[in-house]
Amino acid sequence: MKNINIQSITFWVAIVLLTSGCFKDLNTIPIDQDTLTSELVFQDETSYRQFLAKIYAGLAVTGQSGPAGDGDIADIDEGFSSYLRSYWKAQTLTTDEAVIAWNDQTIKDYQQQDWDENDGFINAMYQRIFFQIALCNEFLRSTTVELMETRGVSESVRADVLTYRAEARFLRAMSYWHALDLFRNPPFVTEADGIGAFFPEQTNPDDLFAFIESELLEIEMALPEPRGNEYGRVDRAAAWMLLAKMYLNAEVHIKSNRYDEVIVYTDKVINAGYQINDTYEHLFLADNDISAAQQSIIFAIPFDGKQTQTWGGMTFLCHSGVGGSMVAADYGIDSGWGGVRTTSALVNKFPVDSSDVRGFFYKNGQSLEIASVNTFTDGYAVTKFKNITSTGEDGSDATHPDTDFPMFRLADAYLMYAEATLRGGAAGNTGTAVDYINEIRNRAYDDGSGVITEADLDLDFILDERARELYFECHRRTDLVRFGQFTSDAYLWPWKGNVAEGEPTDAFRNIFPIPAGDRVLNPNLVQNEGY
Amino acid sequence: MQKQYLKSWALSLTLLTGTVTDADTGEALIGASIVMKGGEGTVTDFDGNFEVNVPDGSKEIFVSYVGYTTQTVDIVGKTVVNVALVSGSTLDEVLVVGYGTVTREKATGAITQISSEDFNKGAITSAQDLILGKAAGVQITSGGDPGGGAEILIRGGSSLFASNAPLVVVDGVPLGDQVGGSRNIFITILKDGSQTAIYGSRASNGVILITTKKAALGQKLTVDYAGNIGYSQLTDFVDVLDADEYRTYINEQWGDEAQTKLLGDANTDWQREIYQNAIATDHAVTLSGAMKQFPIRATLGYTNKQGTLKTDLFQRYTGALNVNPKFLDNRLQVNLNAKAMLNNNRFANRGAIGSAVAFDPTQPIRTDSEAYGGYFAWLDQSAAMAPIGIAPANPIALIEQTDDTNTVNHYILNGSVDYRFKFLPALRATLTGGYDNSSATGQNYVTDQAAFAYDPNGGGNKTDYTNESLSELLEFSINYDKAIGKHNINVLGGYSWQHFLNQGESLNRTFVNTDSISDNYANELYLLSLYSRATYDYGKLSASVSLRADASSRFSPEARWGYFPAASVAYNIVENNKGKTLSFLKLRAGYGVTGQQAVGSFYVSQYLFQNSQPTAQYQFGDEFVSTIRPGAFDSNIKWEENTTYNFGIDFSLYDGRINTQIDLYQRNSSDLLNETRVPAGSNFSNKVFTNIGDLTNSGIEFNISADVIKGSDQTLMIGLNGAFNKNEIVKLIQVSDENYTGIETGGIAGGVGTTIQLLNVGLPANAFFVYEQVYNENGTPIEGEFVDRNDDGVVNSEDRYTLEQPRPNATFGFNAAYRFGNFDLSTNARANVGNYVYNNILSQGTNKNITYNSVGYLGNIHQSYTETNFVDPQYLSDHWIESGTFFRIDHVTLGYDLGDVLGENRSLRVYGTVQNPILVTGYSGLDPEISSGIDNNIYPRARVYLLGVNASF
Repeated sequence: MKNINIQSITFWVAIVLLTSGCFKDLNTIPIDQDTLTSELVFQDETSYRQFLAKIYAGLAVTGQSGPAGDGDIADIDEGFSSYLRSYWKAQTLTTDEAVIAWNDQTIKDYQQQDWDENDGFINAMYQRIFFQIALCNEFLRSTTVELMETRGVSESVRADVLTYRAEARFLRAMSYWHALDLFRNPPFVTEADGIGAFFPEQTNPDDLFAFIESELLEIEMALPEPRGNEYGRVDRAAAWMLLAKMYLNAEVHIKSNRYDEVIVYTDKVINAGYQINDTYEHLFLADNDISAAQQSIIFAIPFDGKQTQTWGGMTFLCHSGVGGSMVAADYGIDSGWGGVRTTSALVNKFPVDSSDVRGFFYKNGQSLEIASVNTFTDGYAVTKFKNITSTGEDGSDATHPDTDFPMFRLADAYLMYAEATLRGGAAGNTGTAVDYINEIRNRAYDDGSGVITEADLDLDFILDERARELYFECHRRTDLVRFGQFTSDAYLWPWKGNVAEGEPTDAFRNIFPIPAGDRVLNPNLVQNEGY
Repeated sequence: MQKQYLKSWALSLTLLTGTVTDADTGEALIGASIVMKGGEGTVTDFDGNFEVNVPDGSKEIFVSYVGYTTQTVDIVGKTVVNVALVSGSTLDEVLVVGYGTVTREKATGAITQISSEDFNKGAITSAQDLILGKAAGVQITSGGDPGGGAEILIRGGSSLFASNAPLVVVDGVPLGDQVGGSRNIFITILKDGSQTAIYGSRASNGVILITTKKAALGQKLTVDYAGNIGYSQLTDFVDVLDADEYRTYINEQWGDEAQTKLLGDANTDWQREIYQNAIATDHAVTLSGAMKQFPIRATLGYTNKQGTLKTDLFQRYTGALNVNPKFLDNRLQVNLNAKAMLNNNRFANRGAIGSAVAFDPTQPIRTDSEAYGGYFAWLDQSAAMAPIGIAPANPIALIEQTDDTNTVNHYILNGSVDYRFKFLPALRATLTGGYDNSSATGQNYVTDQAAFAYDPNGGGNKTDYTNESLSELLEFSINYDKAIGKHNINVLGGYSWQHFLNQGESLNRTFVNTDSISDNYANELYLLSLYSRATYDYGKLSASVSLRADASSRFSPEARWGYFPAASVAYNIVENNKGKTLSFLKLRAGYGVTGQQAVGSFYVSQYLFQNSQPTAQYQFGDEFVSTIRPGAFDSNIKWEENTTYNFGIDFSLYDGRINTQIDLYQRNSSDLLNETRVPAGSNFSNKVFTNIGDLTNSGIEFNISADVIKGSDQTLMIGLNGAFNKNEIVKLIQVSDENYTGIETGGIAGGVGTTIQLLNVGLPANAFFVYEQVYNENGTPIEGEFVDRNDDGVVNSEDRYTLEQPRPNATFGFNAAYRFGNFDLSTNARANVGNYVYNNILSQGTNKNITYNSVGYLGNIHQSYTETNFVDPQYLSDHWIESGTFFRIDHVTLGYDLGDVLGENRSLRVYGTVQNPILVTGYSGLDPEISSGIDNNIYPRARVYLLGVNASF
C-alpha cells in the first residue's frame, strides 16, 4: 500500500511539475531580431532616427525588404504601391506628357481620363498618402517631451528629436497637400487621434489648407536653415517651396488669391544660396546626389542601387520608358520595360531643330504620333532619367538605379515666381521674372538663342515652359488644372479621352474620386462631385 | 470519506487486460467483443488490446469477432489474458475518435474510417491517396509534382483567409498538418463539430486521425516487403502552334520585317523538351512481432520519384520504430514511436512550365554562341547583346541553369504512458509527449551565365538557406470508465501544451559580390488547452458532451481564451436485427463549436516595429539608415468560431452487407479571421488581420458501401459517396453598405496585379468577377465590347459581375474491389460538379499582341486564337470562365496473390496499377481540377504505370 502511495505521489508530482508554469508561455514576444515590441524599440535612442528614416523611405521604397517583400500597403502589387510611382502616374499619365503600353489593371484609365472610384491605382496613391500620415502621427505621439523624459532620453538626442518632429510635420504637410490637390476632400487624422477602430472625419479644402499652412509656418524655424540638413532630409527651404506651391494653387484649391505669398516664399528660396547648375541633364543622372546638380536641388528622394531598392520609384522611371530599338545598357540598366512614351503635344513644345537640350526624346524606330497606345514604338520615348553618372559611368546596380528624384528644385521656384508675378502677386517684378526664365533657358540653349523678352512672357508661355523644364517631374496635372486645361475642350492632346486626336473630358475629373473601398469602410466620407 | 468511497469500489472490481489476435497471423484483431456473463463488456482497440473491469468472482469471459469462432476464456485468478481467435474476414467495428475509441454502434457523430487494407492493396503511395474519393465531403487536390503536398478540404472549408487545412493527429499527437506515408495505418476523418470540438483549436476544418498499426504481444516475428516501380507519362500538352504553323502565322498576321526577321529556323516543341517520362520507385521492409515482452514494429523505407518536369527529384529514406510494451500487469502501457526521414529534393524551375507555352517554337534550344551558356535567349541590339529582360526565358535554360536543391532531416519522437491505478482500475491516466523537428538546408543557385538572371555587373544568384521547424507537445489526461448496470459512463479530462518554433536564415550572394546579405527569422507560438468530455450510453441511446478551453499566444491576454462546447446524441432504432432487410438503423444529432486561430503572424495582436532589410534603407547624408516601421495590428483580434449542426442517419441492410451513412450539416463560421481593409488613416496600413465577417457552409453527404458478392472464392465490394456543399459569405465588414464592392482576390498572370475573383456578401467564396462578353451573330466575341449590365450608358467597373466559383457544388466518389480466387481488381473514381475555371492560359495566350513585342521578341499563341481573333488580351472577359466539371478514374489495379509459393507461412502478391487513366471533362485546358480555379502554370498530372510486389516472410 505504501509502495502504491509513493508511486502515485511521484506520478502526480511529476504531472504538476510538467504542467505548471506553462501558462506564462502564452505571453510571447517576438524572438526575431528584426521585430521589436513597441515598448522595447524606444529603449534604443537610435530608434528615433530610424523611425524618421522610415517616414522618408515611405516616399521611396515600398516595404521593409526592398525591392519587394513585407510591403507597407496591401491590395496592390507592391511595385505599384510606391509613393513616387503612384504620384508620378497620377500627375503624368493623365496628361499630354505620357501614355503607357501595358495592360495592368486599369492603368490606361489615367490617360483615357475615364477612371472611376474603384480604380486600384488611385486607391494605391490614396493609401500611400495615409500610410505616410499615419506614420507621421505616430512619430509625433511617440516623441512627446513627456515620453522623452519618462524614457530618460539623453539631451543630445532630445535636441535631434525636436528637428525630427519638425521634419515629420513637414512630411505630413506635404502628403496632405498631395491629398488636397488630388482628392480635395480627404479624411483627416492627426496625432490627436489614436490607432484602431475609429472613423476619421472628412475634411474640406479650406480647413485642410489652413492646417497645412499653419503647420508649415509653425515648423519653419524649427527646421534647419537652407542647405543646413543632411542630404535626403528637408530644411527650411523645402517648407518655403511647399508654401509657395500651396499659395500658387490656392485659387484652385480654396478659391483664394494668394499670389503675394508666392512671391514672398519663392524669394526666400531663390535667395537661399541655390544656383542653376550648368548642365540640365545632370539633374536626372545617377550621381545627382553628389554632382553639381546639387546646387539646384532643394529636396530629393534618394534612391540607391544597392541599399534603397524598389520596383517603383526610380526603377520604374528609368526602365518603363526603354523599349523598341533602344539599348538598355545606354541608360545604365539591364533591360527596358517597354511601357511609357510621350505624345506629340509635349514634343511639339520644343523647337523642331532640337536646339533645346531639355528634349530628351528617343526617335529611332519610334513614330511621333501614336496609332496604338499598346505599341511601344508609337510615340517618342523619353530618356530624361538615366542610371548613368555625369561622367558616363554606370550606376551601382543595373536593375535599381542610383538616380535620386528631384522633388523640389530651383528652376521650379523661378517659374513659380514668374507665374505669380504675371498673376498679380505684389512685389513680383516682371523684369526679374524674365531674368529668371532666361537663366533657365540659357542653360537649355547652348547658343543663347533661347533668350526671351518681357513681350514673350505670358501665362501660356509659362505653362509651356514649365512643361519643357519640368516634364516627367510630377508637376503637369497640377499645372494643367491651374491653367484650366486639364479637362474640358480648352486643350486637347493625343489620346485625351481615349480618342487619338483628343476629346474633351468632364471638369469633375480635375480631382480624383475618394476610393470606393474607403468610403464603404468609413461612413463619414462623402464622394467628390461627379463620381 | 472520499477515500472510503474509492476503496469500496476497489474491492468489487478487478481490472482484466489482454490482447486478441488472429491465431494464424498473430496480428491484432480490432473490435473484437469481450463480454462478461452479465452482458457487460468492451471491445478491443486498434492494437487488439482490451481492458475491462470484471466483478470479483467472475469466472469467464466470451471473446467474439465477426467471422471468427467465439471463445470462452477462463479468467479465474488472472489479470491478463491473451486470446487467439481462429479464421474469418474482418469488419472494423471500432472507430477512433478524439482521445479514445468508440464502436460504430455507439458512435454519435459523422465519422469516416478507412484502413490501408481497404480495397486497393499496394497502389497507394500516400495517405491522402488513401482518402481520395473514399469519404464524402472530403476534397483532396494534389499537384503533379513529386513530393508535393495536397490541399485537403473538408466540407468546403470554414475560413476565408485563415488556414483551411484539417488538423492531422498521428497516434494521438496533433503535430503537423501533412498526412505523410500510407503503410499500416487507419485513417479516421471527423467531420462534424460535435466530434472535433474536443480538439478545439485547429479543428475547425475537421480532424484526420491517423493510427499506425502496432505489433501485438505474442505475435511471431514477420518480415514484410512492399515495393513498386512506377513510370509516369504526360498525356496532353497545351495546344500552341508548332514551328511551321507559327512561321505562317507571323508572316500572315504581321508580315513586316520587324517581326519576320526575328523568326528562327528551328522546330522546337518546348513543352516536350521540358518534360520527361519519369521513373519512381518505392521500397519498404517492415519487421513486426513481439520480442519477448516487447512488441515492435520497425520499418525501413526508400522512395525515389522523378518529376515529369526535368530535373525534379524527390528522394526519401525513412526509418521508423514502434515499441509498445506493458508493465505492472498491463496497468502501465508504454507506446514509443521514433521516426526519422531524410529527404533529398531537387526542385526544377517551375517558371519553365509557363515559359514553354509562351516561347517561340522556331527558336533553337541552343545556339552556336557561347554566350549565356550556349542557350538561345532574346537579345537586344546593343553592343553588349544583353538579354531582353521582359521577354520569356528559354525554358530549358531555366531548368538547366537553376540548381535548387535541399536536404531535409525530419525526426519525430512521440510516446505515451498509460497508467491504470491499482486502487481504482476504472481510472486511467495518460501522459503523451511529442517532439517533431524538421530541419532543411538548401541552396538555390542560378549560374552567372544565365540570360534570365542577367546583370551587366555580373549576373546569377546564390541563395543558401536553412530552416528549422519544431513542434513539441505535452498532454495529460485522465479517463474514468464506469458501468452501472446497463449504464456506461466515460469521463475524460485533460490538459495539453504545444509549442511551435520556426526559424531560419537565408544568405544571398551574387557571383561577383560574394558578401552575403543575410536574412534571419524566428517565431514561436504556444497553445494551451484544457478539455473534458463525458459520454454516456444506455441500451440503444448514446450521448456525449464536451467542453474545451483553448488559449493561443497569438492573441492578447484579454482575447486569448476560447471556449468550445459540443454535444451529440445517437439512438439505435434498429440493432442486431439479424435476418431482416433492415438490420441496423441509427439516428444521430450533433452540435459543436470549434475554434480557429491560424491567421497572420504568430504575433498578430501585438504592436510591433519591423526592421528594414539592408536593401530597404534610406540615405541621410552619407549614411544609409536602417529603418523601423510600426506594423498595423488589432489588439482585439480573437478566435474565429465555427458552429456545426449535424444530423445523420446510419443504416445497414441485409446483415450489414450494405451500409449507408447520410449526413446533413450546417456550419456557421463567425468572427472570421480575415485580413481586411481598415479606414485610411486609422492604422499603420490599409489592411489589418482582424475578425470581420461570417461564412456558412451547408450541405448533405452520403456514403454507401456494399458487399455485393461475399463468397469464399469471390468478393465484390463497392463504395459510393457524394457530397453537396453550398458556401456563402454572410457578412464581410463591420459597416454594412449595400454598395460595398467586396474584396478583389485571385491574381492572374498577364496584367500585373489584375485579379479575377471577388469576396462579397451573398456570394460563394472566390466567385469569378468579370465583364460579360458581347458576341457577334457568328458567336465570335467582339474585342473590347462588354455588356452595359447596369444600363447607365457606359461600360465601367460597375458593370463587372460575379459568375460561378472555383469550388464544386457536388463531389462524388466511387470505388470497387473485386476478388476472384487469387486475383483482385480494384478501382477508384471521382467526379466534381459545378466547379468553374478561369482559363488564364487562353486569356493570356490567344491575342495577337502576345506574339510580338516591339522591344524585339516573339511569343507563341494558342491554337484556339481563331475563335476569338483578339488583338489585345481581354483578361476580364467572362469568355474565359469555363465549367470544370469532370469525372476521373484515379486508378485501376489488378493483383494476383501467389499464396505460399515462397514457403509455408509466407505470402507473395504482385500487382499492376494505372493511375490517372481517364479524365472526362468539357474543359478546354489540360485539367480542370485546380483548387484556386485559375489555370496557369499548373504542374500537369501524369498518367502513371505501376508494378508492385508485397511479400511476407
